Amino acid sequence: MATLFQGLGIVTPSFSSSNSFDSNNFLIPSRRSLSERRDGIFVVRSDARVSQTLKTGARKHELLVPNAVATKGGSSVASTSKPGHELLLFEALREGLEEEMERDPCVCVMGEDVGHYGGSYKVTKGLATKFGDLRVLDTPIAENAFTGMGIGAAMTGLRPVVEGMNMGFLLLAFNQISNNCGMLHYTSGGQFKIPIVIRGPGGVGRQLGAEHSQRLESYFQSIPGIQMVACSTPYNAKGLMKAAIRSENPVILFEHVLLYNLKERIPDEEYVLSLEEAEMVRPGEHVTILTYSRMRYHVMQAAKTLVNKGYDPEVIDIRSLKPFDLYTIGNSVKKTHRVLIVEECMRTGGIGASLTAAITENFHDYLDAPIVCLSSQDVPTPYAGTLEEWTVVQPAQIVTAVEQLCQ
Amino acid sequence: MSPIQNSKGIIIPDQHSAPNVAYTTVIFVSSQTMSKFVSIFFRLKSNTNFADSLRRTSLRNLNVRNLMHNRYSVSFPLLCPHRCSSTTASIQDQTIDFPGGAVEFIPDMRFISESPKARIPCYRVLDDNGQPILGHNFVQISKEVAVKMYTNMVTLRSMDTIFYEAQRQGRISFYVTAIGEEAINVASAAALAVDDVVFPQYREAGVLLWRGFTLQEFANQLFSNKYDNGKGRQMPAHYGSNKHNYFTVASTIATQISHAVGAAYSLKMDKKDACAVTYFGDGGSSEGDFHAALNFAAVTEAPVIFICRNNGWAISTPISDQFRSDGVVAKGQAYGVRSIRVDGNDALAIYSAIQTARQMAVTEERPILIEALTYRVGHHTTSDDSTKYRPANEIEWWRVVRDPVARFRKWIEKNGWWNDTAESELIRNLRQQLLHTIQVAESVEKPSLADAFSDVYDVPPSNLREQEQWLKEIVTKQPQEYPANIYV
Repeated sequence: MATLFQGLGIVTPSFSSSNSFDSNNFLIPSRRSLSERRDGIFVVRSDARVSQTLKTGARKHELLVPNAVATKGGSSVASTSKPGHELLLFEALREGLEEEMERDPCVCVMGEDVGHYGGSYKVTKGLATKFGDLRVLDTPIAENAFTGMGIGAAMTGLRPVVEGMNMGFLLLAFNQISNNCGMLHYTSGGQFKIPIVIRGPGGVGRQLGAEHSQRLESYFQSIPGIQMVACSTPYNAKGLMKAAIRSENPVILFEHVLLYNLKERIPDEEYVLSLEEAEMVRPGEHVTILTYSRMRYHVMQAAKTLVNKGYDPEVIDIRSLKPFDLYTIGNSVKKTHRVLIVEECMRTGGIGASLTAAITENFHDYLDAPIVCLSSQDVPTPYAGTLEEWTVVQPAQIVTAVEQLCQ
Repeated sequence: MSPIQNSKGIIIPDQHSAPNVAYTTVIFVSSQTMSKFVSIFFRLKSNTNFADSLRRTSLRNLNVRNLMHNRYSVSFPLLCPHRCSSTTASIQDQTIDFPGGAVEFIPDMRFISESPKARIPCYRVLDDNGQPILGHNFVQISKEVAVKMYTNMVTLRSMDTIFYEAQRQGRISFYVTAIGEEAINVASAAALAVDDVVFPQYREAGVLLWRGFTLQEFANQLFSNKYDNGKGRQMPAHYGSNKHNYFTVASTIATQISHAVGAAYSLKMDKKDACAVTYFGDGGSSEGDFHAALNFAAVTEAPVIFICRNNGWAISTPISDQFRSDGVVAKGQAYGVRSIRVDGNDALAIYSAIQTARQMAVTEERPILIEALTYRVGHHTTSDDSTKYRPANEIEWWRVVRDPVARFRKWIEKNGWWNDTAESELIRNLRQQLLHTIQVAESVEKPSLADAFSDVYDVPPSNLREQEQWLKEIVTKQPQEYPANIYV
């Protein structure tokens, strides 16, 4: 494709006044299609249960080339000829953040232990040394106050990135996020904008206990005025981080505790993704599986099994949790007529619940079967490993659901 | 650092000294432990005997826990003549390195009282009759500034009276008066610079008035018409104007305090010659945001001025039910913030204190806490009847005897800058003007339907555009079900 990556200046698609399902709606030159994505070796390392390397069919199989010089990244498959560099997801986030901080002196970071400690998940490692203590600010433990501080700084011209050490802690900042972050641009009549990014790890981890395993996207989704995105790969993590920082709206970027050590090869060139777009992970014909964040990997694992059983699932990583990319989702539903939503949120009031409502409202006529939504149960996440595993949707359940849906 | 006097003769306390305790820092000594801290301050008596110095050196090697117990006196029977009960300097010569700095330890268990011996005194310039108190020191103001301050205070008072009446007549739905707090509003605004960013609570319309917000603009916001800066989205009295560096009022209590610290941080990063200023009441100081924000401001050395309008009442909650500390000013030192208590009904005192505070905040990059003692003469809002929880004669007393406007008037009249003719003319003009603004604002159309959906984001996303479209269709199809002045 001639234009492989999005232009640097184009971050959000400019909306025309026509119907949102018009295919000419998006003015972005291209989205990185799956065929290009498949060139990278995609290794899921952190999660011991998903250890296979996913090499999808369209990829040209490069034979071992005996190079005199050892290649970077330790990959034995002709990496010298491949563009880009390999890194882990938290490094991708850091790279995105660092590039934005270099590009715009107004970008600053604040949060607990983000300074010289480098952040609890090392996303801000090295930034304090590079940019100084004032731009990478260590805050006392008062989430509501430092989120409020970020909002005040944003209203006076800075572009703060507020880190919640764990998304669950942002419940303490709910007042500032809902009443001020989401509302002040509106209630001030557009006089004061709040280009803040609130990010942090959330989701069910490995035995972190109920308080540290929360899915805040369910609670925040109703707040008017904010945008929510969830990253799942190093590629989209960097792209979404950059897009969120450049956005004039307050954006909440959801990362997942278990995905920080994912490794992927990402382009050297600068790229920014769109905040409102979903990602086509695997095109298919039989069923549309909508998912995001860590569940993407459970879905892809289930997809392998399904392919072996003869099904052809279409997997979409919705990425944009607020607003939903109903364009991509709609096209998929029109093609497959069956929808399965796989999420980590709880059944009641989760992202899946809203997505089910949105799809039913808009695409009811295209559905051959009721939408199935697989979510966690409405229980606090238990500590015991076995119990914790049972609260999260597993690939086997996904396979069963697809089989039932496609009967 | 010895106490310094600035050019205005105002004493600024020594940064390192703690009040009420006399310390002299004498010697710089390096620590035996691998401490991060550069120096330990301790006190040496000029004549120490051998026994004392022996004890001192051996004690330094003891671990902390031993020192805390009375084994201290038992372990050194030879040194009984110098037991702890004598509380001589030699026994108190020991300090321990804790994270955060060296702390002197004492053998007797001393609880710090929950209330100080005397309340923190209040800075005041004019007495109740508007006469300067002997021995006063204050920032001199020119005739122009004084007259402008006075006229603004009177305008605020008239505005409050007339708009309150309008609410009672049903012409607007809601209003918040600042009666009794005109001096805080106007004098503080006068002492600030135009670049200083203001984060108000909701009883600071006078600050906006001083900065140039017109009476018509106030009326437009109250009537939520299409000329309102906020496009009709906020309740009346929730003003906001980026042109005047006055951030839109949010109904949430004390959230603006954190915002101010963030703004100060932003100004500091940009190295601007400006500070952030935030206002809140006695009730607001109970919110978590207040405490965390003060803490942050001190830690980040942010140029922010915290102005607490301690007016005695948080709706119906009196001070005694709000906190048990010596007001709000006592909390400043607890967070490492320099603070002062001022007579909130004395315009000159407020002006002087705020101007000095601003100077400190900007040049020294530090937060300042100012507690302005005053009284909320009016009701909390138009939804409140304060006679239900406080005696009417108390309100009356504060309204008449302690009126800040009358007090300042006496002072400017004494200076020959004001007289009765000017007063009656001002009042008459104001009344006419205000009634006119109400008439005009009432007749202007309300914001259009599109304004319900714009500015939620920078660009409306598809779901909002859908919702707007749907609503438009419904309103156009059945106009009789909707008010006539809805503009689609």
